[in-house]
Amino acid sequence: METLSIYAPKLVTNKEYIASGHRACSGCGEVLAVRYVCKALGRNTIISNATGCMEIISTPLPETAWEVPWIHTLFENASAVASGIESGLKSLKRKHGYTKEVKVVAMGGDGATADIGLQSLSGAMERGHDFIYVCYDNEAYMNTGIQRSSETPFGASTTTAPSGKNSLGQHTQKKNMAAIAAAHNIAYVATSCSSYPFDIMSKVEKAMKVKGPSYIHILSVCPTGWRCASNLTIKLGRLAVETGIFPMYEIENGKYTLNIDLPKLRPVEDYLKLQGRFRHLDKDITAEIQEKVFDEYNKVKRLAAGNKAK
Amino acid sequence: MTAKRIGIESSLAIAEAVRLANVDVIAAYPITPQTHIVEGLAEMVANGHLDAEYIPVESEHSAMSSCLGSSAVGARTFTATASQGLILMHEVLLVAASLHLPIVMVVTNRALSGPLNIWGDHSDTMITRDSGWIQIFVENGQQAFDQVLCAFRIAEHQDVLLPTIINVDGFHISHVIEPMYFLDQEAVDGFLPPYKHPHALDPDKPVTMGCFAMPNLYTESRKALDTSLRESKKVILETWKKFGEMTGRYYKEVETYKAEAAETLLITMGSYSENAMEAIDKMQSEGRSVGLVRIRLWRPFPYMAFLEAVSGAKNIVVLDRAMSLGGPPPVCSEIRSALYPQEKRPQVVSVVGGLGGRDISPDDFEKLIDIGLGRIKIGDTSETIMFGVRE
Repeated sequence: METLSIYAPKLVTNKEYIASGHRACSGCGEVLAVRYVCKALGRNTIISNATGCMEIISTPLPETAWEVPWIHTLFENASAVASGIESGLKSLKRKHGYTKEVKVVAMGGDGATADIGLQSLSGAMERGHDFIYVCYDNEAYMNTGIQRSSETPFGASTTTAPSGKNSLGQHTQKKNMAAIAAAHNIAYVATSCSSYPFDIMSKVEKAMKVKGPSYIHILSVCPTGWRCASNLTIKLGRLAVETGIFPMYEIENGKYTLNIDLPKLRPVEDYLKLQGRFRHLDKDITAEIQEKVFDEYNKVKRLAAGNKAK
Repeated sequence: MTAKRIGIESSLAIAEAVRLANVDVIAAYPITPQTHIVEGLAEMVANGHLDAEYIPVESEHSAMSSCLGSSAVGARTFTATASQGLILMHEVLLVAASLHLPIVMVVTNRALSGPLNIWGDHSDTMITRDSGWIQIFVENGQQAFDQVLCAFRIAEHQDVLLPTIINVDGFHISHVIEPMYFLDQEAVDGFLPPYKHPHALDPDKPVTMGCFAMPNLYTESRKALDTSLRESKKVILETWKKFGEMTGRYYKEVETYKAEAAETLLITMGSYSENAMEAIDKMQSEGRSVGLVRIRLWRPFPYMAFLEAVSGAKNIVVLDRAMSLGGPPPVCSEIRSALYPQEKRPQVVSVVGGLGGRDISPDDFEKLIDIGLGRIKIGDTSETIMFGVRE
């Protein structure tokens, strides 16, 4: 195993498609995830990027960090723009002798995906466009100042759902985007995390093989919004998976596979206590979160087990 | 060129123009109510009469967003909308202009909510005025057919690369069957060169589209866009000249009707101009000194051509088919600001009428002009007249 960890990274391309020198915060998990996604995608890619952190940090006019063709237009329409790109290329191929094989990719944060852009994403998946959608989920609107989204976890304090005398912060549960994507009967849906580069890359490679829509939801650690030290990014991503808070799984043609199936989950407290956004939670709420995590984790486990049994 | 005259609904004639333009991608949504333009196109695609990708999007916002994507990879792109649909795409319209994506759109002009009203006026397109699109008005189905073909040539010209709207009055043009002349494929192919975006999204030559600009560059970006839009006029006029040479149908930025030496000029845009012409005919036959000026090119606004058209007039009555609630209506504002720097300027009176599908008959136009002149006579031109309103 030790030898593998030295050997495996050597197999990854040295080529970067998002150049260094961008303006992401130190310890940004999201830009790491983007980097791995792009390495797996390679050069024959066109990216439609929603408004958000990744757009702001990479393209202050007249600079750009992008080494692949890239378009940003608005917050809620990355999937619709991708629909147009894919249809345009199809038409060019059929009518005007265009021969390049290009993968169309739409990407956005959790707000652009699960809130304001959900309709355009749903429309594009339903219509069956050949594209990959990647959601970089840092669990709030970090770019605009840490406002809650529908992906903010229960109990987290944000600037629009702050904890206070009468509030524990976010009082709703995280929206299950993977299940929503899977409900569109698309061939490939996966969750991943910014602390697992090889997992991200292998999932992108799988998505690239799909003809039609595919969806990858990547938990991306955000030290700025999670109020944690910037050297904890990798550790926190791993803890999210090891506590079962963010299970990593795939849904291939409706069949669930749990990619990291731990015999015993670590207590959620290990994850919560490292982050300022959960600092206000007492033992009772932590216990409530722990229960919910077991429930949700077991749900995925059962779905994956049911799949195996077949 | 085919000289056969045929009777067809204007919406279907527009679809035929789009087919002749050999469009690559159409994205459309049926917000209440869509027209036969996109239905006609969907049928052509389904029957193999047009080789294009038809994206049946889930909203007008996505319709225009898809258009951004397809135009950005170098595909010829078309959509049509109206009313609520146009204002739902509004956020995206501004991006289309700022990214220099030459999308062509037909807007079948209709009223806006509320109250809900699906009938014709210019409320929808007036809100789009400042979006950076080239905006052209037509008065009948033939002009709509012609201008859609011209629009692709103007928008995609390498010196322009700007999205273009053809304003076609809802119902009064869109749903009316008219006799008109079509062009054949050979004529259109000779008139309309293939679309090529100089900086299309391409893995072999990666570009970044849609950067964000800090305060140190935003003003310069807006100035550059404004300059492009203003300078597009040269290509618009060239295109209309070439089209006229081919078809015998010549178009101008500002068109006049019996306006020479007329003391009073009525200013209109769109289909109601034809009713206004009848009123002018009648009034002139009765010895009245009235004429008509029709603005065809709304953006970029043709200041010089307009000033020239009204240079001899003493009185101007401007009809707006839209309001600016709490302020002067848009066309009249434009005209007043065009005239203000002139040493010798006519009296201008503002009239709002024809809202939400209400007709203005030739008789009404006579009344409207007289009411306007009455106001000028008593020196009270400060307030806009709401023509035919029941109070």
